[in-house]
Amino acid sequence: MVDVRGVHKSYGPTQVLRGVDLRVRAGEVTVVLGPSGSGKSTLLRSINHLEKVNRGWISIDGELIGYRRSGGKLYELKEKDILRQRTHIGFVFQNFNLFPHLTVIENIIEAPVSVLRRPRREAVRAAERLLARVGLADKADAHPRQLSGGQQQRVAIARALALEPKVLLFDEPTSALDPELVGEVLDVIQDLARTGTTMIIVTHEIGFAREVADTVVFMDGGVVLEQGPPDAVLDQPRHERTRAFLSKVL
Amino acid sequence: MELTTGTATPLPATAHADPPDASATPKVVPARHPARWIAALAVLVVVAQFAHGLVTNPVWEWNVFSQYVLSQTIVHAVGVTLELTVCAQMAGFLLGTVLAFMRLSRSPVLRTVAWAYVWVFRSIPMIVQLVFWFNLGALYRQLGLGIPFGPVFWSFATNGLVGSIGAALIGLSLHQAAYAAEVVRSGLLAVDHGQLEAAAALGIPRARQIRRIVLPQAMRAILPTAGNEIIGLLKGTSVVYVMAIGELFYQVQVVYGRTGQVIPLLMVATAWYVLLTSALSIVQHYVERRFARGADRTPPPTPAQRVRRLVRDVRQTALTTGDGK
Ligand SMILES: Nc1ncnc2c1ncn2[C@@H]1O[C@H](COP(=O)(O)OP(=O)(O)OP(=O)(O)O)[C@@H](O)[C@H]1O
Ligand SMILES: [Mg+2]
Repeated sequence: MVDVRGVHKSYGPTQVLRGVDLRVRAGEVTVVLGPSGSGKSTLLRSINHLEKVNRGWISIDGELIGYRRSGGKLYELKEKDILRQRTHIGFVFQNFNLFPHLTVIENIIEAPVSVLRRPRREAVRAAERLLARVGLADKADAHPRQLSGGQQQRVAIARALALEPKVLLFDEPTSALDPELVGEVLDVIQDLARTGTTMIIVTHEIGFAREVADTVVFMDGGVVLEQGPPDAVLDQPRHERTRAFLSKVL
Repeated sequence: MELTTGTATPLPATAHADPPDASATPKVVPARHPARWIAALAVLVVVAQFAHGLVTNPVWEWNVFSQYVLSQTIVHAVGVTLELTVCAQMAGFLLGTVLAFMRLSRSPVLRTVAWAYVWVFRSIPMIVQLVFWFNLGALYRQLGLGIPFGPVFWSFATNGLVGSIGAALIGLSLHQAAYAAEVVRSGLLAVDHGQLEAAAALGIPRARQIRRIVLPQAMRAILPTAGNEIIGLLKGTSVVYVMAIGELFYQVQVVYGRTGQVIPLLMVATAWYVLLTSALSIVQHYVERRFARGADRTPPPTPAQRVRRLVRDVRQTALTTGDGK
Protein backbone atom coordinates (compact mmCIF):
# COMPACT_ATOMS: atom_id res chain seq x y z
CA MET A 1 0.00 0.00 0.00
CA VAL A 2 2.79 2.40 0.91
CA ASP A 3 5.49 1.78 -1.66
CA VAL A 4 8.90 3.42 -1.43
CA ARG A 5 11.24 2.63 -4.31
CA GLY A 6 14.88 3.56 -4.66
CA VAL A 7 14.51 6.88 -2.91
CA HIS A 8 17.57 9.12 -2.90
CA LYS A 9 17.79 12.43 -1.10
CA SER A 10 20.69 14.73 -0.50
CA TYR A 11 21.12 18.14 1.04
CA GLY A 12 23.85 19.70 -1.05
CA PRO A 13 26.79 17.33 -0.85
CA THR A 14 25.45 15.22 2.05
CA GLN A 15 23.60 12.15 0.87
CA VAL A 16 20.95 11.40 3.44
CA LEU A 17 18.93 8.68 1.70
CA ARG A 18 20.80 6.40 -0.68
CA GLY A 19 18.26 4.15 -2.29
CA VAL A 20 15.59 3.30 0.25
CA ASP A 21 13.08 0.56 -0.55
CA LEU A 22 10.15 -0.08 1.73
CA ARG A 23 6.76 -1.71 1.34
CA VAL A 24 4.00 -1.46 3.89
CA ARG A 25 0.76 -3.41 3.55
CA ALA A 26 -2.60 -2.01 4.60
CA GLY A 27 -3.34 -2.53 8.29
CA GLU A 28 0.26 -3.21 9.14
CA VAL A 29 2.48 -1.46 11.64
CA THR A 30 6.03 -0.80 10.56
CA VAL A 31 8.56 0.40 13.10
CA VAL A 32 11.69 2.10 11.79
CA LEU A 33 14.78 1.90 13.96
CA GLY A 34 18.24 3.25 13.39
CA PRO A 35 20.98 5.45 14.79
CA SER A 36 20.69 9.22 14.86
CA GLY A 37 21.34 10.77 11.46
CA SER A 38 20.52 7.59 9.54
CA GLY A 39 17.74 9.38 7.63
CA LYS A 40 14.62 8.13 9.42
CA SER A 41 12.99 11.53 9.72
CA THR A 42 13.97 12.41 6.16
CA LEU A 43 12.30 9.22 4.92
CA LEU A 44 9.06 9.95 6.78
CA ARG A 45 9.04 13.55 5.62
CA SER A 46 9.58 12.39 2.05
CA ILE A 47 6.56 10.11 2.27
CA ASN A 48 4.23 13.07 2.75
CA HIS A 49 6.34 15.25 0.47
CA LEU A 50 7.53 17.68 3.12
CA GLU A 51 10.89 16.88 1.49
CA LYS A 52 11.36 16.42 -2.24
CA VAL A 53 13.32 13.34 -3.21
CA ASN A 54 16.08 13.52 -5.81
CA ARG A 55 15.57 10.06 -7.27
CA GLY A 56 13.11 7.19 -6.90
CA TRP A 57 9.43 7.49 -6.08
CA ILE A 58 6.83 6.96 -3.40
CA SER A 59 3.26 5.87 -3.89
CA ILE A 60 0.27 5.26 -1.66
CA ASP A 61 -2.49 2.99 -2.94
CA GLY A 62 -0.89 3.22 -6.35
CA GLU A 63 -1.00 7.03 -6.41
CA LEU A 64 2.37 8.70 -6.84
CA ILE A 65 3.10 11.26 -4.13
CA GLY A 66 4.11 14.71 -5.33
CA TYR A 67 4.38 13.77 -9.00
CA ARG A 68 2.36 12.79 -12.02
CA ARG A 69 3.72 10.22 -14.43
CA SER A 70 3.23 10.92 -18.08
CA GLY A 71 5.16 9.54 -21.04
CA GLY A 72 8.02 8.16 -18.98
CA LYS A 73 8.56 11.44 -17.14
CA LEU A 74 7.60 12.61 -13.67
CA TYR A 75 5.96 16.02 -13.50
CA GLU A 76 5.89 17.79 -10.19
CA LEU A 77 2.35 18.40 -8.93
CA LYS A 78 0.93 21.81 -8.07
CA GLU A 79 0.96 22.68 -4.39
CA LYS A 80 -2.85 22.38 -4.31
CA ASP A 81 -2.72 18.75 -5.41
CA ILE A 82 0.08 17.93 -3.01
CA LEU A 83 -1.96 19.38 -0.17
CA ARG A 84 -4.87 17.18 -1.19
CA GLN A 85 -2.64 14.10 -1.21
CA ARG A 86 -1.42 14.96 2.27
CA THR A 87 -4.91 14.64 3.67
CA HIS A 88 -4.51 10.88 3.13
CA ILE A 89 -1.30 10.85 5.17
CA GLY A 90 -1.43 11.69 8.86
CA PHE A 91 1.78 12.99 10.40
CA VAL A 92 2.57 13.15 14.10
CA PHE A 93 5.58 15.28 14.98
CA GLN A 94 8.13 14.77 17.70
CA ASN A 95 7.27 18.14 19.25
CA PHE A 96 3.51 17.94 18.60
CA ASN A 97 3.20 21.22 16.64
CA LEU A 98 -0.30 21.88 17.89
CA PHE A 99 -1.66 25.33 17.06
CA PRO A 100 -1.30 27.12 20.40
CA HIS A 101 -3.82 29.87 19.72
CA LEU A 102 -6.62 27.40 18.98
CA THR A 103 -8.41 25.22 21.49
CA VAL A 104 -8.03 21.46 21.40
CA ILE A 105 -11.27 20.98 19.50
CA GLU A 106 -10.42 23.78 17.04
CA ASN A 107 -7.07 22.13 16.41
CA ILE A 108 -8.80 18.90 15.50
CA ILE A 109 -11.58 20.29 13.30
CA GLU A 110 -9.40 22.82 11.46
CA ALA A 111 -8.44 20.50 8.60
CA PRO A 112 -11.74 18.59 8.28
CA VAL A 113 -13.65 21.87 8.06
CA SER A 114 -11.26 23.86 5.87
CA VAL A 115 -9.94 21.07 3.64
CA LEU A 116 -12.64 18.39 3.49
CA ARG A 117 -15.45 20.98 3.82
CA ARG A 118 -17.18 19.01 6.55
CA PRO A 119 -20.02 20.86 8.28
CA ARG A 120 -18.72 22.29 11.53
CA ARG A 121 -21.28 20.52 13.75
CA GLU A 122 -20.41 17.17 12.28
CA ALA A 123 -16.67 17.82 12.55
CA VAL A 124 -17.03 18.77 16.21
CA ARG A 125 -18.93 15.58 16.95
CA ALA A 126 -16.30 13.48 15.19
CA ALA A 127 -13.56 15.36 17.06
CA GLU A 128 -15.27 14.66 20.38
CA ARG A 129 -15.34 10.96 19.56
CA LEU A 130 -11.63 11.07 18.71
CA LEU A 131 -10.86 12.89 21.95
CA ALA A 132 -12.73 10.27 23.90
CA ARG A 133 -10.72 7.64 22.09
CA VAL A 134 -7.40 9.18 23.18
CA GLY A 135 -8.79 9.67 26.69
CA LEU A 136 -9.12 13.45 26.65
CA ALA A 137 -12.89 13.97 26.38
CA ASP A 138 -12.76 16.62 29.10
CA LYS A 139 -10.05 18.76 27.44
CA ALA A 140 -11.97 19.88 24.36
CA ASP A 141 -11.90 23.56 25.28
CA ALA A 142 -8.42 23.72 26.75
CA HIS A 143 -5.56 25.41 24.92
CA PRO A 144 -2.57 23.20 24.08
CA ARG A 145 -0.23 24.96 26.51
CA GLN A 146 -2.57 24.07 29.36
CA LEU A 147 -1.93 20.38 28.69
CA SER A 148 0.94 18.10 29.64
CA GLY A 149 3.27 16.88 26.91
CA GLY A 150 1.62 13.47 26.82
CA GLN A 151 -1.82 15.03 26.51
CA GLN A 152 -0.61 17.33 23.74
CA GLN A 153 0.77 14.43 21.78
CA ARG A 154 -2.52 12.55 22.18
CA VAL A 155 -4.36 15.61 20.84
CA ALA A 156 -1.91 15.69 17.93
CA ILE A 157 -2.75 12.05 17.19
CA ALA A 158 -6.46 12.84 17.29
CA ARG A 159 -5.85 15.77 14.95
CA ALA A 160 -4.06 13.52 12.47
CA LEU A 161 -6.84 10.92 12.71
CA ALA A 162 -9.54 13.50 12.03
CA LEU A 163 -8.78 13.39 8.30
CA GLU A 164 -9.24 9.60 8.30
CA PRO A 165 -5.87 9.10 6.64
CA LYS A 166 -4.87 5.92 4.85
CA VAL A 167 -1.61 5.84 6.73
CA LEU A 168 -0.29 7.48 9.89
CA LEU A 169 3.36 8.50 10.17
CA PHE A 170 4.95 9.03 13.59
CA ASP A 171 8.34 10.69 13.94
CA GLU A 172 9.62 9.81 17.42
CA PRO A 173 6.26 10.60 19.03
CA THR A 174 7.54 10.07 22.57
CA SER A 175 11.05 11.54 22.40
CA ALA A 176 10.03 14.95 23.72
CA LEU A 177 8.16 13.45 26.67
CA ASP A 178 9.07 12.83 30.28
CA PRO A 179 9.50 9.11 30.89
CA GLU A 180 6.32 8.80 32.92
CA LEU A 181 4.27 10.28 30.05
CA VAL A 182 5.60 7.95 27.36
CA GLY A 183 3.25 5.14 28.33
CA GLU A 184 0.01 7.04 27.78
CA VAL A 185 1.00 7.93 24.21
CA LEU A 186 2.23 4.43 23.40
CA ASP A 187 -1.06 3.05 24.73
CA VAL A 188 -2.98 5.18 22.25
CA ILE A 189 -0.77 4.04 19.37
CA GLN A 190 -1.12 0.43 20.46
CA ASP A 191 -4.89 0.83 20.48
CA LEU A 192 -4.71 2.16 16.92
CA ALA A 193 -2.57 -0.81 15.92
CA ARG A 194 -5.19 -3.22 17.27
CA THR A 195 -7.90 -1.58 15.18
CA GLY A 196 -5.94 -2.04 11.99
CA THR A 197 -4.59 1.47 11.30
CA THR A 198 -1.70 1.44 8.85
CA MET A 199 1.24 3.09 10.58
CA ILE A 200 4.91 3.80 10.10
CA ILE A 201 6.54 4.66 13.39
CA VAL A 202 10.05 5.95 13.96
CA THR A 203 10.95 5.34 17.58
CA HIS A 204 13.73 4.38 19.95
CA GLU A 205 11.37 2.36 22.16
CA ILE A 206 12.54 -1.15 21.33
CA GLY A 207 10.15 -2.85 23.73
CA PHE A 208 7.27 -1.05 22.12
CA ALA A 209 8.50 -2.04 18.67
CA ARG A 210 8.49 -5.68 19.71
CA GLU A 211 4.90 -5.41 20.96
CA VAL A 212 3.18 -3.55 18.12
CA ALA A 213 5.30 -3.99 15.02
CA ASP A 214 4.39 -6.35 12.23
CA THR A 215 7.63 -5.37 10.55
CA VAL A 216 10.75 -3.82 12.00
CA VAL A 217 12.99 -1.88 9.65
CA PHE A 218 16.56 -1.07 10.55
CA MET A 219 18.08 1.91 8.75
CA ASP A 220 21.68 3.02 8.72
CA GLY A 221 23.58 5.45 6.54
CA GLY A 222 20.59 6.23 4.37
CA VAL A 223 19.65 2.67 3.41
CA VAL A 224 17.45 -0.05 4.86
CA LEU A 225 19.93 -2.58 6.25
CA GLU A 226 17.41 -5.19 7.21
CA GLN A 227 13.73 -5.70 7.72
CA GLY A 228 11.45 -8.43 8.94
CA PRO A 229 9.26 -9.55 11.83
CA PRO A 230 10.32 -8.10 15.19
CA ASP A 231 11.76 -11.30 16.67
CA ALA A 232 13.87 -11.88 13.58
CA VAL A 233 15.35 -8.38 13.42
CA LEU A 234 15.53 -7.71 17.14
CA ASP A 235 16.66 -11.15 18.35
CA GLN A 236 18.66 -12.54 15.45
CA PRO A 237 19.93 -9.53 13.52
CA ARG A 238 21.94 -10.52 10.48
CA HIS A 239 24.03 -7.38 10.26
CA GLU A 240 26.84 -6.34 12.54
CA ARG A 241 25.57 -2.72 12.50
CA THR A 242 22.12 -3.79 13.67
CA ARG A 243 23.62 -5.85 16.46
CA ALA A 244 25.85 -2.96 17.56
CA PHE A 245 22.89 -0.56 17.57
CA LEU A 246 20.61 -2.91 19.49
CA SER A 247 23.23 -3.66 22.09
CA LYS A 248 23.51 0.08 22.72
CA VAL A 249 19.80 0.84 23.08
CA LEU A 250 18.62 -2.31 24.82
CA MET B 1 2.49 41.06 39.83
CA GLU B 2 1.77 37.71 41.35
CA LEU B 3 3.85 38.68 44.31
CA THR B 4 1.64 41.59 45.23
CA THR B 5 -1.64 39.87 44.59
CA GLY B 6 -0.86 36.56 46.28
CA THR B 7 -2.29 36.31 49.76
CA ALA B 8 -0.01 34.96 52.41
CA THR B 9 -1.04 31.63 53.81
CA PRO B 10 -0.53 31.56 57.56
CA LEU B 11 2.05 29.06 58.64
CA PRO B 12 0.73 26.06 60.50
CA ALA B 13 1.24 26.33 64.22
CA THR B 14 3.65 23.40 64.30
CA ALA B 15 6.13 25.30 62.15
CA HIS B 16 7.01 27.53 65.11
CA ALA B 17 9.73 26.65 67.54
CA ASP B 18 7.67 27.05 70.67
CA PRO B 19 4.06 27.85 70.05
CA PRO B 20 2.36 29.65 72.91
CA ASP B 21 -0.76 27.60 72.24
CA ALA B 22 -0.67 24.63 69.89
CA SER B 23 -4.23 25.13 68.62
CA ALA B 24 -3.95 28.88 67.80
CA THR B 25 -2.42 29.86 64.45
CA PRO B 26 0.22 32.53 65.01
CA LYS B 27 -0.41 35.98 63.55
CA VAL B 28 1.81 37.04 60.65
CA VAL B 29 3.49 40.39 61.26
CA PRO B 30 4.59 41.94 57.98
CA ALA B 31 8.09 43.44 57.93
CA ARG B 32 8.24 47.26 58.25
CA HIS B 33 10.15 49.41 55.77
CA PRO B 34 10.77 52.90 57.25
CA ALA B 35 13.30 53.90 54.53
CA ARG B 36 10.73 53.19 51.84
CA TRP B 37 8.26 55.48 53.56
CA ILE B 38 10.76 58.32 53.84
CA ALA B 39 11.73 58.05 50.16
CA ALA B 40 8.09 58.00 49.09
CA LEU B 41 7.39 61.07 51.19
CA ALA B 42 10.31 62.99 49.69
CA VAL B 43 9.20 62.19 46.15
CA LEU B 44 5.63 63.16 46.94
CA VAL B 45 6.78 66.56 48.28
CA VAL B 46 8.62 67.26 45.00
CA VAL B 47 5.62 66.17 42.92
CA ALA B 48 3.28 68.33 45.03
CA GLN B 49 5.57 71.30 44.62
CA PHE B 50 5.59 70.86 40.85
CA ALA B 51 1.80 70.50 40.72
CA HIS B 52 1.44 73.59 42.88
CA GLY B 53 3.67 75.51 40.48
CA LEU B 54 1.65 74.32 37.50
CA VAL B 55 -1.53 75.62 39.06
CA THR B 56 -0.37 78.88 40.62
CA ASN B 57 2.43 80.12 38.36
CA PRO B 58 0.86 82.65 35.93
CA VAL B 59 3.29 81.59 33.13
CA TRP B 60 1.04 78.63 32.34
CA GLU B 61 -1.98 80.88 31.73
CA TRP B 62 -4.57 78.19 32.36
CA ASN B 63 -7.39 80.51 31.40
CA VAL B 64 -5.92 80.72 27.88
CA PHE B 65 -5.50 76.95 27.86
CA SER B 66 -9.14 76.36 28.73
CA GLN B 67 -10.22 78.98 26.24
CA TYR B 68 -8.56 77.11 23.37
CA VAL B 69 -8.43 73.47 24.30
CA LEU B 70 -11.98 72.75 23.14
CA SER B 71 -12.24 75.58 20.60
CA GLN B 72 -13.51 74.71 17.18
CA THR B 73 -10.20 75.37 15.41
CA ILE B 74 -8.28 73.09 17.74
CA VAL B 75 -10.85 70.30 17.75
CA HIS B 76 -10.95 70.42 13.99
CA ALA B 77 -7.15 70.30 13.87
CA VAL B 78 -7.20 67.24 16.15
CA GLY B 79 -9.56 65.70 13.60
CA VAL B 80 -7.05 66.32 10.82
CA THR B 81 -4.24 64.82 12.90
CA LEU B 82 -6.34 61.73 13.55
CA GLU B 83 -7.31 61.47 9.90
CA LEU B 84 -3.69 61.63 8.78
CA THR B 85 -2.70 59.05 11.38
CA VAL B 86 -5.45 56.58 10.62
CA CYS B 87 -5.19 56.80 6.82
CA ALA B 88 -1.40 56.75 6.65
CA GLN B 89 -1.15 53.92 9.17
CA MET B 90 -3.71 51.74 7.44
CA ALA B 91 -2.13 52.28 4.07
CA GLY B 92 1.27 51.76 5.68
CA PHE B 93 0.32 48.46 7.26
CA LEU B 94 -1.35 47.17 4.12
CA LEU B 95 1.66 47.94 1.97
CA GLY B 96 4.00 46.87 4.77
CA THR B 97 2.32 43.46 5.07
CA VAL B 98 2.65 42.93 1.33
CA LEU B 99 6.32 43.93 1.54
CA ALA B 100 6.90 41.60 4.48
CA PHE B 101 5.51 38.63 2.57
CA MET B 102 7.58 39.64 -0.45
CA ARG B 103 10.70 39.65 1.71
CA LEU B 104 9.91 36.12 2.86
CA SER B 105 8.83 34.79 -0.53
CA ARG B 106 10.78 32.26 -2.54
CA SER B 107 11.16 34.60 -5.50
CA PRO B 108 14.50 36.43 -5.45
CA VAL B 109 13.00 39.28 -7.50
CA LEU B 110 10.24 39.95 -4.97
CA ARG B 111 12.70 39.62 -2.10
CA THR B 112 15.11 42.12 -3.60
CA VAL B 113 12.45 44.65 -4.51
CA ALA B 114 11.00 44.54 -1.00
CA TRP B 115 14.43 44.85 0.56
CA ALA B 116 15.28 47.81 -1.66
CA TYR B 117 12.02 49.53 -0.78
CA VAL B 118 12.68 49.27 2.92
CA TRP B 119 16.26 50.38 2.42
CA VAL B 120 15.27 53.50 0.44
CA PHE B 121 12.35 54.61 2.54
CA ARG B 122 14.08 54.08 5.83
CA SER B 123 17.04 56.07 4.61
CA ILE B 124 15.17 59.24 3.72
CA PRO B 125 14.07 61.46 6.59
CA MET B 126 10.32 61.82 6.71
CA ILE B 127 10.45 65.58 6.30
CA VAL B 128 12.62 65.34 3.18
CA GLN B 129 10.16 62.89 1.69
CA LEU B 130 7.18 65.08 2.51
CA VAL B 131 8.68 68.12 0.85
CA PHE B 132 9.66 65.92 -2.07
CA TRP B 133 6.12 64.66 -2.60
CA PHE B 134 4.80 68.16 -2.12
CA ASN B 135 6.97 69.29 -5.01
CA LEU B 136 6.21 66.25 -7.11
CA GLY B 137 3.75 68.22 -9.18
CA ALA B 138 6.66 70.30 -10.37
CA LEU B 139 8.68 67.25 -11.37
CA TYR B 140 6.08 65.08 -13.06
CA ARG B 141 3.48 67.30 -14.63
CA GLN B 142 1.55 64.36 -16.01
CA LEU B 143 0.89 60.88 -14.70
CA GLY B 144 -0.42 58.40 -17.23
CA LEU B 145 -1.96 54.96 -17.34
CA GLY B 146 -1.04 52.66 -20.19
CA ILE B 147 1.25 49.88 -21.35
CA PRO B 148 4.62 50.07 -19.57
CA PHE B 149 7.09 51.85 -21.86
CA GLY B 150 4.29 51.91 -24.48
CA PRO B 151 1.37 54.12 -25.41
CA VAL B 152 -0.50 56.04 -22.70
CA PHE B 153 -4.29 55.73 -22.60
CA TRP B 154 -5.19 58.09 -19.83
CA SER B 155 -3.30 60.84 -18.13
CA PHE B 156 -3.85 63.65 -15.66
CA ALA B 157 -2.01 66.59 -14.25
CA THR B 158 -0.21 65.82 -10.99
CA ASN B 159 -0.52 69.09 -9.15
CA GLY B 160 -4.25 68.64 -9.07
CA LEU B 161 -3.90 65.09 -7.78
CA VAL B 162 -1.18 65.61 -5.24
CA GLY B 163 -2.56 68.41 -3.12
CA SER B 164 -0.79 69.12 0.13
CA ILE B 165 -2.94 66.64 2.07
CA GLY B 166 -2.41 64.07 -0.65
CA ALA B 167 1.33 64.63 -0.60
CA ALA B 168 1.37 64.31 3.17
CA LEU B 169 -0.63 61.08 3.05
CA ILE B 170 1.60 59.57 0.38
CA GLY B 171 4.75 60.56 2.22
CA LEU B 172 3.56 59.33 5.60
CA SER B 173 2.14 56.07 4.19
CA LEU B 174 5.25 55.14 2.22
CA HIS B 175 7.42 55.95 5.19
CA GLN B 176 5.23 53.94 7.58
CA ALA B 177 5.11 51.04 5.12
CA ALA B 178 8.87 50.60 5.29
CA TYR B 179 8.74 50.31 9.08
CA ALA B 180 5.54 48.28 9.09
CA ALA B 181 7.16 45.80 6.70
CA GLU B 182 9.87 45.12 9.24
CA VAL B 183 7.40 44.95 12.11
CA VAL B 184 5.24 42.40 10.28
CA ARG B 185 8.28 40.45 9.14
CA SER B 186 9.58 40.18 12.69
CA GLY B 187 6.18 38.83 13.71
CA LEU B 188 6.15 36.26 10.93
CA LEU B 189 9.67 35.13 11.80
CA ALA B 190 8.66 34.71 15.43
CA VAL B 191 6.23 31.93 14.50
CA ASP B 192 7.79 28.49 14.82
CA HIS B 193 8.42 26.86 11.46
CA GLY B 194 6.82 23.68 12.80
CA GLN B 195 3.46 25.45 12.70
CA LEU B 196 3.62 25.80 8.93
CA GLU B 197 4.80 22.21 8.59
CA ALA B 198 1.96 20.94 10.71
CA ALA B 199 -0.52 22.96 8.66
CA ALA B 200 0.99 21.71 5.41
CA ALA B 201 0.92 18.13 6.67
CA LEU B 202 -2.81 18.54 7.33
CA GLY B 203 -3.31 19.73 3.75
CA ILE B 204 -4.52 23.19 4.81
CA PRO B 205 -4.39 25.53 1.79
CA ARG B 206 -1.58 28.05 1.69
CA ALA B 207 -3.73 31.17 2.10
CA ARG B 208 -5.49 29.68 5.09
CA GLN B 209 -2.19 28.58 6.63
CA ILE B 210 -1.18 32.23 6.65
CA ARG B 211 -4.50 33.68 7.76
CA ARG B 212 -5.57 31.14 10.31
CA ILE B 213 -2.33 29.70 11.68
CA VAL B 214 0.55 32.11 11.12
CA LEU B 215 -0.86 35.63 11.35
CA PRO B 216 -2.76 35.19 14.64
CA GLN B 217 0.45 33.94 16.24
CA ALA B 218 2.57 36.59 14.55
CA MET B 219 0.25 39.24 15.97
CA ARG B 220 1.66 38.58 19.44
CA ALA B 221 5.06 39.81 18.31
CA ILE B 222 3.67 42.45 15.94
CA LEU B 223 1.34 44.29 18.30
CA PRO B 224 3.70 45.90 20.81
CA THR B 225 5.91 47.30 18.04
CA ALA B 226 2.90 48.23 15.93
CA GLY B 227 1.59 50.20 18.91
CA ASN B 228 4.89 52.05 18.98
CA GLU B 229 4.63 52.77 15.28
CA ILE B 230 1.09 54.12 15.50
CA ILE B 231 1.84 56.35 18.46
CA GLY B 232 5.04 57.47 16.76
CA LEU B 233 3.07 58.39 13.68
CA LEU B 234 0.40 60.21 15.69
CA LYS B 235 3.08 62.55 17.00
CA GLY B 236 5.05 62.35 13.76
CA THR B 237 2.17 63.90 11.82
CA SER B 238 3.21 67.18 13.46
CA VAL B 239 6.03 67.48 10.90
CA VAL B 240 3.50 68.06 8.13
CA TYR B 241 3.10 71.56 9.55
CA VAL B 242 5.87 72.43 7.06
CA MET B 243 3.30 71.92 4.32
CA ALA B 244 0.80 74.26 5.98
CA ILE B 245 -1.70 71.48 6.66
CA GLY B 246 -4.11 72.38 9.42
CA GLU B 247 -3.25 69.60 11.82
CA LEU B 248 -2.88 70.11 15.54
CA PHE B 249 0.65 71.43 15.82
CA TYR B 250 0.27 73.74 12.79
CA GLN B 251 -2.98 75.20 14.12
CA VAL B 252 -1.49 75.79 17.55
CA GLN B 253 1.41 77.63 15.96
CA VAL B 254 -1.00 79.77 13.94
CA VAL B 255 -2.82 80.77 17.10
CA TYR B 256 0.23 81.61 19.18
CA GLY B 257 1.77 83.38 16.21
CA ARG B 258 -1.19 85.67 16.39
CA THR B 259 -1.60 86.05 20.16
CA GLY B 260 1.89 85.41 21.47
CA GLN B 261 0.58 82.99 24.13
CA VAL B 262 3.11 80.29 23.32
CA ILE B 263 3.22 78.24 26.51
CA PRO B 264 -0.51 77.70 27.08
CA LEU B 265 -1.03 76.78 23.44
CA LEU B 266 1.81 74.29 23.46
CA MET B 267 0.07 72.86 26.54
CA VAL B 268 -3.11 72.57 24.50
CA ALA B 269 -1.27 70.52 21.89
CA THR B 270 0.47 68.48 24.59
CA ALA B 271 -2.81 67.72 26.33
CA TRP B 272 -4.37 66.45 23.13
CA TYR B 273 -1.36 64.33 22.15
CA VAL B 274 -1.29 62.80 25.64
CA LEU B 275 -5.02 62.12 25.53
CA LEU B 276 -4.86 60.44 22.11
CA THR B 277 -1.79 58.43 23.03
CA SER B 278 -3.45 57.23 26.21
CA ALA B 279 -6.53 56.17 24.28
CA LEU B 280 -4.34 54.25 21.84
CA SER B 281 -2.44 52.58 24.68
CA ILE B 282 -5.69 51.36 26.21
CA VAL B 283 -6.90 50.00 22.88
CA GLN B 284 -3.53 48.33 22.41
CA HIS B 285 -3.81 46.64 25.79
CA TYR B 286 -7.15 45.04 24.92
CA VAL B 287 -6.10 44.03 21.42
CA GLU B 288 -3.00 42.37 22.85
CA ARG B 289 -5.13 40.52 25.37
CA ARG B 290 -7.32 39.25 22.58
CA PHE B 291 -4.36 37.80 20.70
CA ALA B 292 -2.75 36.36 23.81
CA ARG B 293 -5.30 33.54 23.94
CA GLY B 294 -3.64 30.22 24.54
CA ALA B 295 -0.22 31.80 24.99
CA ASP B 296 -0.04 31.35 28.74
CA ARG B 297 -1.11 28.56 30.97
CA THR B 298 -3.14 30.99 33.09
CA PRO B 299 -4.22 34.17 31.31
CA PRO B 300 -3.30 37.40 33.11
CA PRO B 301 -6.15 39.12 34.99
CA THR B 302 -8.17 41.82 33.25
CA PRO B 303 -7.70 45.38 34.53
CA ALA B 304 -11.09 45.12 36.24
CA GLN B 305 -10.01 41.93 38.01
CA ARG B 306 -6.78 43.65 38.98
CA VAL B 307 -8.61 46.57 40.59
CA ARG B 308 -10.93 44.23 42.44
CA ARG B 309 -7.99 42.24 43.74
CA LEU B 310 -6.17 45.36 44.79
CA VAL B 311 -9.22 46.57 46.73
CA ARG B 312 -9.52 43.19 48.40
CA ASP B 313 -5.84 43.13 49.32
CA VAL B 314 -5.89 46.64 50.72
CA ARG B 315 -8.94 45.84 52.76
CA GLN B 316 -7.33 42.71 54.08
CA THR B 317 -4.15 44.54 55.07
CA ALA B 318 -6.25 47.20 56.76
CA LEU B 319 -8.08 44.52 58.70
CA THR B 320 -4.96 42.69 59.81
CA THR B 321 -3.10 45.83 60.85
CA GLY B 322 -6.27 47.00 62.61
CA ASP B 323 -6.29 43.74 64.55
CA GLY B 324 -2.67 44.20 65.46
CA LYS B 325 -3.34 47.39 67.42
N1 LIG C 1 17.58 20.54 5.97
C1 LIG C 1 18.74 19.86 6.06
N2 LIG C 1 19.87 20.38 5.52
C2 LIG C 1 21.03 19.71 5.61
N3 LIG C 1 21.18 18.51 6.18
C3 LIG C 1 20.10 17.93 6.74
C4 LIG C 1 18.83 18.58 6.70
N4 LIG C 1 17.93 17.78 7.33
C5 LIG C 1 18.62 16.70 7.73
N5 LIG C 1 19.92 16.77 7.38
C6 LIG C 1 20.95 15.76 7.62
O1 LIG C 1 20.45 14.54 7.18
C7 LIG C 1 20.86 13.48 8.01
C8 LIG C 1 19.66 12.63 8.39
O2 LIG C 1 18.77 13.39 9.16
P1 LIG C 1 17.45 12.76 9.77
O3 LIG C 1 16.79 13.83 10.52
O4 LIG C 1 16.67 12.09 8.71
O5 LIG C 1 18.04 11.68 10.77
P2 LIG C 1 17.26 10.76 11.78
O6 LIG C 1 17.56 9.37 11.40
O7 LIG C 1 15.86 11.17 11.87
O8 LIG C 1 18.02 11.07 13.13
P3 LIG C 1 17.40 11.25 14.60
O9 LIG C 1 17.23 9.90 15.16
O10 LIG C 1 18.48 12.02 15.33
O11 LIG C 1 16.13 12.02 14.47
C9 LIG C 1 21.56 14.11 9.18
O12 LIG C 1 22.95 13.90 9.01
C10 LIG C 1 21.23 15.57 9.09
O13 LIG C 1 22.32 16.34 9.50
MG1 LIG D 1 14.64 12.20 13.31
